[in-house]
Amino acid sequence: MGGSKASPDTLAELPVATPAETARRPARFGEFEAIVRSFERTGGNPALLRSPQVVSLVISGNKVLGANEVPGVHVEAQELEHGVQVKVIVEPGTRLERPAHLCFGVIPAEGVQEILSEFEIGEGAKAEFIAHCTFPNAVKVRHLMEAKIHVGREAEMIYRETHYHGETGGVEVIPKAEVAVDEGGRYTSEFVLTTGRVGKLAFDYVVDVAARGVAELVVKAYGSGDDAITVKETIHLNGERARGLAKSRIALRDRATAEVIGATEGNAPYARGHVDCIEIVRDQAVANAVPIVRVRDDRAHVTHEAAIGTVNKKELETLMARGLDEEEAVDVIIRGMLEA
Amino acid sequence: MKNGYLLQVNDLHLQRQGRQILRRVHLAMAPGQVFALLGRNGSGKSSLAYTLMGCVGYTPCQGRILFAGQDITPLPINERARLGLTLAWQEPARFEGLKVRDYLALGMGKRTPERIAEALEAVALSPAAYLDRPVDETLSGGERKRIELAAVYAMRPRLAILDEPDSGIDVLSLDDIGRLIRRMADEGTSVLLITHRDEMVPVADAAALMCEGEIVRVGDPEEVRRHYARHCVPCEVAEAVEEAVAYGRF
Repeated sequence: MGGSKASPDTLAELPVATPAETARRPARFGEFEAIVRSFERTGGNPALLRSPQVVSLVISGNKVLGANEVPGVHVEAQELEHGVQVKVIVEPGTRLERPAHLCFGVIPAEGVQEILSEFEIGEGAKAEFIAHCTFPNAVKVRHLMEAKIHVGREAEMIYRETHYHGETGGVEVIPKAEVAVDEGGRYTSEFVLTTGRVGKLAFDYVVDVAARGVAELVVKAYGSGDDAITVKETIHLNGERARGLAKSRIALRDRATAEVIGATEGNAPYARGHVDCIEIVRDQAVANAVPIVRVRDDRAHVTHEAAIGTVNKKELETLMARGLDEEEAVDVIIRGMLEA
Repeated sequence: MKNGYLLQVNDLHLQRQGRQILRRVHLAMAPGQVFALLGRNGSGKSSLAYTLMGCVGYTPCQGRILFAGQDITPLPINERARLGLTLAWQEPARFEGLKVRDYLALGMGKRTPERIAEALEAVALSPAAYLDRPVDETLSGGERKRIELAAVYAMRPRLAILDEPDSGIDVLSLDDIGRLIRRMADEGTSVLLITHRDEMVPVADAAALMCEGEIVRVGDPEEVRRHYARHCVPCEVAEAVEEAVAYGRF
């Protein structure tokens, strides 16, 4: 890591880890630099991975290249044969001032990476995680993420995950999570895969929400070529006044396919849930949406909306009347939908 | 530019779903001119706008459209736009996730923050309040229409077709729109103003009246406005048809 200085215009206020500090980390310099370059491609600021004030974890394949803790946050990472086991603990009452940055990747063209993770967000704590998963050279890479997440009472966890899979479509990504949100807790997850190819994506998150808890799941993906996307978002609203949103925005072109299953259960009095799925298809792409709403308490209320269609003609013609050609106009519309 | 006209429409006919929508439309606009096209709802004004812009489903079955001397009848929308022709829709589209600043910049040749802000100010909207708002359902109808006009103004086209820019706008705002139209003309943009409100006509240099898909009167704006007010509100053609039907002559 070598004690590089933080970019003065972006991180002037952050002190940088000293060479001695970075030397203590199990970094492997060349691979670290490769993964950092890839991290930048998903919008990450490399200086964050070197700052001692920012929680960070850098994993390439099954190697832990860097890890940093701050008071109140513990990060344990253990190398496995095909991946890494990670445990992140945020102590009760800890309010993380800056988002934690997690960087996962596979630099070679082929490989398997399994991330088995556990997150424990203590009572009253608040933490945001920004995960960057990059497979820039992938021809045949399989990335499996299995997470168990516990958001304590009145705690809040935000998990934003941005992927870059390169341009060949040779990546298979299987993110799975089981999340438990305690009373008054709040869990927000946003999974974004809108740059480059998708390859195969099988997203499957299940969240159990206790009384007054909130869960929000958002998936955004842009498939092309013969990409195949499966999204399954399940929210069980088990406690009184629990709330949940399962939202997906999928755009497809060429021969890409997608199936989105958004399921929300209202199992307790005054639980409120909503499933919101929009898919745009072009060319020979095929999209399915299966919203599932289930209510087990007559005081609960769960709604859904799903729309699949091609690009709106009026939007398209409006942009073309500004001089954009059809492809450019479609791209603006789809990027906008994925941004929203 | 043949005959010095920026836009020439010659004997234009349009059919949609077996119905004759436009017939024998002739129109000529000089550069820098504000031309008001007046007519009741359903008279074919918007169809003419879409046909001039080249929208899908609005290909004329007869006639030609010349823009700066070039026959643009076979050209798609974006190629017409690149020649300097654009359209502000009567009910503008909404764009999820697209910010006003980016929307305004789309059609601009030279994109600068100053010019984007200037376009918003030209439609009496505060840049600080609107630049980062999305062009989506959160905008009111009036706000969206103003932003559409700002986008057209920002583009600095040679010819702007404004389809009912005054609809859904309160009376006080009509002055803002009138000022913007004159400003566009002063800065070199010709304006084809499509409206059914005769109080908008004084802003124009020339005017025409459209009825049942035909241009039935062309000339001085005040003369066309008076004719419209006298014979079209209420519509004498519709009354004559109703009378003929009632007496079994139709």
